Amino acid sequence: MVVYSLYILNKAAGLIYQRDFNESLKRLSSNDYLVLSGTFHAVYAIASQISPVPSSSGIEVLETEKFRLQCFQTLTGTKFLLISEPRQQNTDAILRRIYELYSDYVIKNPFYQIEMPVRCELFDRHLATYIRGIP
Amino acid sequence: MLQNRSSYPSQQSAIAPSQASSSEKSIPTSLTPSAIRASITTPRKVTIYDRNLNRRAPELSLASFAFLFSELVQYSQKNVKGIQEMETKLSDYGYHVGQRVLELAVIREIKTAKRETRVLGLLQFINTGIWKSVFGKPADALEKSKDQEDEYMIIDNDPIVNKYISVPKEMSQLNCAAFQAGIVEAVMDGCQFPARVTAHSVPTDLFPLKTVFLVKLDPVVVERERYMR
Repeated sequence: MVVYSLYILNKAAGLIYQRDFNESLKRLSSNDYLVLSGTFHAVYAIASQISPVPSSSGIEVLETEKFRLQCFQTLTGTKFLLISEPRQQNTDAILRRIYELYSDYVIKNPFYQIEMPVRCELFDRHLATYIRGIP
Repeated sequence: MLQNRSSYPSQQSAIAPSQASSSEKSIPTSLTPSAIRASITTPRKVTIYDRNLNRRAPELSLASFAFLFSELVQYSQKNVKGIQEMETKLSDYGYHVGQRVLELAVIREIKTAKRETRVLGLLQFINTGIWKSVFGKPADALEKSKDQEDEYMIIDNDPIVNKYISVPKEMSQLNCAAFQAGIVEAVMDGCQFPARVTAHSVPTDLFPLKTVFLVKLDPVVVERERYMR
């Protein structure tokens, strides 16, 4: 099973973290990553508005033949997007664990400014260790 | 209640204590259970001074400490010119904690504690006793400098204050464990072993947060040690 990449979006649709976990992925330009995350944020907002169910949570999972995109929005509006192989199990649990790591190593870091791009060495390290350990 | 107490002896002679609790008359006397209950229910603010000094507090939440320390570091970042100054500030905050830590440790261990007269004894007390009561684990090593006679090193592989802190590259000189160094310095000073304590990062692959606390003793202490030998 493979986890391809992780995106973290702040509540204003800004991309604050992007990381690929698979060597085979082609790198896009940083602008393209911003466009991708911005588009998803918009689609998510529209989906939660036009849903026939009242107070819908918006898009949670997007499944295609090639990949599976799982979205997890925290209570504060930060979005975690995980792109993985379609067969990957428990992606929601993985995202919750990543959220835990984020709240530990990013939010508790005194040098991190909220809503700004994440540059925390410890977060990178613990995230890599965790993703490597996923069965 | 005082008035009732004056009438207590005459009541005692009349009614046996076991009966007293059930009888209507004796309730106001200070020794009956109902009177004790009444004194507890009277509204009174419980402060930190009312708690038992010797009862070890249960383990505290690391998350709330981390947030508090994070704010402390952000606060110390304000109005400082350089990293050196910021470390001094953090160390000063730690100093205030250390003074109280020593006081509490000495009072708590009053039966077993002895006054340390040698540097090594004191450092060992800091290494195990203080570290354990403040950080929940003993420090990982205590070493003496090979070149300098007045330098000792306390080594912590994973200091608790740095657990969630990633220092940005442009501030790589900074180690927030300066706070911890301040605690050690206060304990040394309080035991009449004046010293300068500084924290230095020595990252290794296994322990990326490894920190060495360098204890540089005051010349006075070195001289005294020489006499004691």
